[in-house]
Amino acid sequence: MDLHAVSILGAVIAVCFGAIGPAISEGRAIAAAMEAIARQPESAGVISRTLFVGLAMIETMAIYCLVIALLLLYANPFVK
Amino acid sequence: MDTNPLHTEILFNIGPIPIARSVVTTWAIMAAMVLVCRLGMRGAALEGNRLQTALEVTVEAITKQLRQIVGRPDAPFIPLLTTLFLFLVCANLSAVIPGAKAPTAQLETPAALALVVFLSTHYFGVCARGWRAYLEHYTQPSLLLMPLNVLAELTRTLSLMVRLFGNMMSHELVLTIIAVLAGLLVPIPFLLLGILIGLIQAYIFTVLAAVYVGAAAGTIVVE
Repeated sequence: MDLHAVSILGAVIAVCFGAIGPAISEGRAIAAAMEAIARQPESAGVISRTLFVGLAMIETMAIYCLVIALLLLYANPFVK
Repeated sequence: MDTNPLHTEILFNIGPIPIARSVVTTWAIMAAMVLVCRLGMRGAALEGNRLQTALEVTVEAITKQLRQIVGRPDAPFIPLLTTLFLFLVCANLSAVIPGAKAPTAQLETPAALALVVFLSTHYFGVCARGWRAYLEHYTQPSLLLMPLNVLAELTRTLSLMVRLFGNMMSHELVLTIIAVLAGLLVPIPFLLLGILIGLIQAYIFTVLAAVYVGAAAGTIVVE
């Protein structure tokens, strides 16, 4: 296997496993926020604002993996 | 299919300086925003015309939200954050115009904006608390944690940059791939999704900037 194939494989693995964790945790966060809004509809504004910021934080992990994958594919320092 | 998202497209040169496409789009957005504001506020009156009223309602609504987040109505950095949000909305939505590309989908524009947030965090922190108290807050809760505090300062700026870039760029990449696979009518729902993503990312960037600057200036108590 040459270096190109290895870096493509690395990008695939990065995106694959990098999507699983954030997907699970975003689902949990949204479920918890839904429950909280159902229990206290009057505080929906504050909850959804915090939820958006929290989702952005969680999503950052997936975006990091995506950036690593793109670096491997397009700006790999070891492939000439 | 040339879709390298890390490649900077150079449009023309001014002397020895290459001018990238995102720089041109950024300056066009800034010129348009200044022009609209000048037109709206020219001869501003208590009972303004339609454009003036629209501008005032927009700025008032954003400022009200930011005041709630920052927690102090007279904080000096609220105009900066409002401008940041308005620019980000224009920049993220500029991809809707045919032929234009969102400047935030290139790495340089988010990097510049994150640098603005990074520098204004320290500037407003020092202004609000003074040098000694501001530097001392890095040693809270103990001196041992100072490297971690400094590291957090750097990584959150980096993640601010990468988040905006990654979201905008990945959406553009998905659109390109879909347009290659099925060109007619199929990309339209994804274009609509792109508007939503652009607005949400502008909101998130501004809220996080407000939290960072507010925490440094001491108006928000971070647990």
